Amino acid sequence: MASEPLAPHGHATHHPDLAHQFDSLDQQKESSTLGTWLFLVTEIMFFGVLFLSYSIYRTQYPEAFLLASNSLNVLLGGINTAVLIGSSLTMVLAIWAAQVNWRKGIVIFLLATMGLGTTFLVIKGFEYRDKFVEHHVPGLDFHFEVEHPSPHLRALAAKDPQLEKHASIYFSLYFIMTGLHALHMIIGIGILAVLTVLSWKGKYNSEYHNPLEMTGLYWHFVDIVWIFLFPLLYLLGAHAR
Amino acid sequence: MNSSFPLFPESASTHAGSVDALFIIWALVSIFFTVLIAGLIVYFMARYRRSHPEEVGTDETAAVWLEIAWSAIPLVIALGMFVWGTRVFFDLYRPPANAVEYTAIGRQWMWKIQHPEGQREINTLHVPVGQSIKMKLASEDVIHSFYVPAFRIKQDAIPGRYTSIWFQATKPGVYHLFCAEYCGAEHSKMIGSVIVMEPRDYEAWLAGGAAGKSMVASGGDLFQSLACVTCHRAGDTGRLARGPALEGVYGHTVKLADGRTLTADDDYLRESILNPSAKVVAGWEPVMPTFQGQVTEEQLSQLIAYVRSLGSASPAGAATASSSPPVAATPPAAGSGAPQ
Amino acid sequence: MNTTAAPPVTATAETGFKRPHYLNAAYGVRSWLLTRDHKRIAILYLISVTAFFALGSLFALLIRLELLTPEGDLFQPDTYNRLFTMHGVVMVFFFLIPAIPAVLGNFLVPLMIGAKDLAFPKLNLASWYVYNLGGIFTLWAIVHGGVDTGWTFYTPFSTHYSNTYVISTALGIFITGFSSIFTGLNFIVTIHRMRAPGLTWFRLPLFIWSTYATSLIIVLGTPVIAITILLVAAERVLHLGIFDPALGGDPVLFQHLFWFYSHPAVYIMILPAMGVESELIAAFARKKVVGYKVVAFASVAIAVLGFLVWGHHMFVAGESIYAATVFSVLSMLVAIPSAVKVFNWTATLYQGSISYQTPMLYALGFIGLFTLGGLTGVMVATLGFDVHVHDTYFIVAHFHYIMVGGTIMGYLGGLHYWWPKISGKLYPAFLSKLAALLVFVGFNLTFFPQFILGYLGMPRRYWSYPPEFQVLNVLSTAGASILGVGYILPLCYFVWSMRYGKDSGDNPWGAVGLEWDTTSPPPTENFYTTPVVTHGPYEYNREEVHNRMSQEGTIG
Repeated sequence: MASEPLAPHGHATHHPDLAHQFDSLDQQKESSTLGTWLFLVTEIMFFGVLFLSYSIYRTQYPEAFLLASNSLNVLLGGINTAVLIGSSLTMVLAIWAAQVNWRKGIVIFLLATMGLGTTFLVIKGFEYRDKFVEHHVPGLDFHFEVEHPSPHLRALAAKDPQLEKHASIYFSLYFIMTGLHALHMIIGIGILAVLTVLSWKGKYNSEYHNPLEMTGLYWHFVDIVWIFLFPLLYLLGAHAR
Repeated sequence: MNSSFPLFPESASTHAGSVDALFIIWALVSIFFTVLIAGLIVYFMARYRRSHPEEVGTDETAAVWLEIAWSAIPLVIALGMFVWGTRVFFDLYRPPANAVEYTAIGRQWMWKIQHPEGQREINTLHVPVGQSIKMKLASEDVIHSFYVPAFRIKQDAIPGRYTSIWFQATKPGVYHLFCAEYCGAEHSKMIGSVIVMEPRDYEAWLAGGAAGKSMVASGGDLFQSLACVTCHRAGDTGRLARGPALEGVYGHTVKLADGRTLTADDDYLRESILNPSAKVVAGWEPVMPTFQGQVTEEQLSQLIAYVRSLGSASPAGAATASSSPPVAATPPAAGSGAPQ
Repeated sequence: MNTTAAPPVTATAETGFKRPHYLNAAYGVRSWLLTRDHKRIAILYLISVTAFFALGSLFALLIRLELLTPEGDLFQPDTYNRLFTMHGVVMVFFFLIPAIPAVLGNFLVPLMIGAKDLAFPKLNLASWYVYNLGGIFTLWAIVHGGVDTGWTFYTPFSTHYSNTYVISTALGIFITGFSSIFTGLNFIVTIHRMRAPGLTWFRLPLFIWSTYATSLIIVLGTPVIAITILLVAAERVLHLGIFDPALGGDPVLFQHLFWFYSHPAVYIMILPAMGVESELIAAFARKKVVGYKVVAFASVAIAVLGFLVWGHHMFVAGESIYAATVFSVLSMLVAIPSAVKVFNWTATLYQGSISYQTPMLYALGFIGLFTLGGLTGVMVATLGFDVHVHDTYFIVAHFHYIMVGGTIMGYLGGLHYWWPKISGKLYPAFLSKLAALLVFVGFNLTFFPQFILGYLGMPRRYWSYPPEFQVLNVLSTAGASILGVGYILPLCYFVWSMRYGKDSGDNPWGAVGLEWDTTSPPPTENFYTTPVVTHGPYEYNREEVHNRMSQEGTIG
């Protein structure tokens, strides 16, 4: 070996998608999978803080949280949940299309995923607009009182004389949590857009479609965050009328 | 404070001795291990100095019993010190039954102190020797920390809740009172003195001072002027009463409308004044308005002192924490149940 | 580790032929700013981190100057508060946390495990850019007048009362957090997936174990501080209230979230230094580290237990006394693996072949200072004792013994040890030993008096103080100036050595380890052939090692 100091590169027969630091496609795939999972772990810790804060304040101010959550639009939230679950399905289908070498299929399903993601964001935008109109945005002329009060709700409201303040904590958490979730969606759609172009160019096939799988993991994660957000923010206590 | 170059703080409370003992033993343990390690290093350096450039060490490795020993010995020492340190700590946070309650309210950048007899002071605290004193702390703005090095006590004052710590001074003198939690521009000027006096001198000081009303008396006045008395009428259990009479409530268990029971302590009373509907006593309607924003932290303390005086067997003016269970003297668990 | 020896240096030197290595593989600014070579990125980090260290030290110097006299006569209190805040922010987030992982870790992890590079080279470069972007936000805040909340950003002071540049600083820390995450994630994947054939977990050098443990903490902890600091910013700018007591929020919740990261962050700072320490002791005693597995698992134990002790920062902050009890006993437990490491390092010296080279001086100094820092750490974990010394100079002294006495000693020791590997050059022996001595003496003179000050009751973050504390403060300031000289010297001779230093040869210390099996400086892809590992680390008692030493010579 020592006789060839000028030629540190001993690998001429590389797969074009194999990065120089790896020895094999398998090693590369294992590494990116582990890396993506670790990234998702950091995401869990990230959202975990918000879920923890939510739990603490919900325990502390149950009435305010219940009444504030009642002001959300469960129908729109429910539609959005279905939209997101659908987008996870199309994401999986895109990877399947790559596994069967169906180039057009990849593009179609990626576009469908992006479409559903965008639908989610548009619906979310309408919800935000409602909150804005109702003065439910903390810091922006915030005002909260119980709408259409039934005796039961009125009794609940009476239990917390600082309802408005505590409701503003709820809405703070609502906007931070759903806002960060939406930000993750936007980033995801951006990545999908790049992947769509690359798929169209025929970059992915049954042998190599790592980026699709990794993006899929990310997309499912964002989906799962919503699956937790929806019941916590919309459904818990929504039966109270 | 007399020496210009002290190496050990003055000791002026019953806590000082136990904290110092803990410190001295820890210091000896630390010195022992530091000297042991440093000595071994120096010895090995000299003994096993490399004699020629190609020399290598042996394959010698430590026996298993050695590994076990140097894991177990520190563990035993640490756990022993933990038990001892925790006992000292519990003692710091569990005032004796006869402790008298003083209030210190922190704000940028001063300590506002009020004696049970009503004397008010800023950044100065006069206390008698030999009397157990419970300092009840609150803050009007940011977090502060009440620190008297000579007493070896410290406790943060946190906006929105009460905390407390107690001491018993043992030696007349003038001692530092510091704010130990960084609180803004003039943090290092939020200092004052604790003046410990013989009980006789303290009485004289009290008598000579701008007398002011006692905490209990001021609280009683507020009770009238805020019209609390119209609903919480003494001895009135008749149909016209709109709120429970408060005699004998403090320190006792109350049953709430939702079936829970709790002990009526400072934090409960505070919450009931600021947020009356949160925990309504069974049998009463949630009709009381909130007093949030209408009473200052100091007035809150006075009101609570008054209510307590109604509930304790001792004569008014010597409010005690006698009936409060240990838990009332402990700070509430962070992140839970802190009433605003 | 056996037959992967590189081409001999001598042959090339005679012919005047320059062997290619990562430094001369390409020239020009572009080749550095767009590099994906972990070694070059390590150098980029070295430059950035050194700049921030200089800035942080400058703040420290100004703090010490103010504290020469009891009266606040040099600065306004506002200025002083900004100085200690910026000192803390810069040192913690921009120096101590990245220093060893991003500089030494980046350089060494692939070399030590026989890989060509980290698993994600682009991510690695991105981490450096992200780090600097965060730095720019923080520098922007500094230039515009700084921030005065203390590096701990306690609410509600930071959210409602401070009128300084909290948001820009917080964003800087938030962004820099991502660079930590990128680095940590990269290390974990690399260590899992890219080890050379035959390099099993228990053949890994201890530096790799400690880097792995550190990366776990980074990945699990950093997101928590990121979101927490984001919540503070949201509360300031958007008036979304989470920690605001006026709204019914809990300011102490912030402390819990903050310390959930920031206590483990202490282990992010010290664990890599412990890893460096193991390497130094083994190399300069030419002996296997005693209790290899114990030391390796101790790193992991520290990482795990380190997540369970955050509440010991809140013993006097209104935490329940029972919670305090639990946090106290867990804090005691986390000290045990550290103690075990100290004993194992010391025992490694027994029957070693001990050299007095500069890196070893730092290593031995590290043991002494870390022992005292660790012991005082267990002291302040003792509940009854902590009440008195909490938020006093005792705490300041304690954590400086860990961070300066531990982390910086480890960092400097590591730099001196691997400098020939990084640059291919030797630095002046006498001057470097003198610097090590100055650092040790200056450090102790600076921080030991602070233990006494703390027990006397001097609170931290005081701009002026009662006059009886002056003598000790003067001592401390005097020590800081010696320490400063000790830090400036290495900067000078390292830079000097790059141009004028003697060539070091491939392995000047006669050390074993995969990183010494390749040339110094290494080629871009680190090894000429993928090494195959057949034995554990630190095996000096082998004929092969002996032959190589006598063939190449050592300066040991």
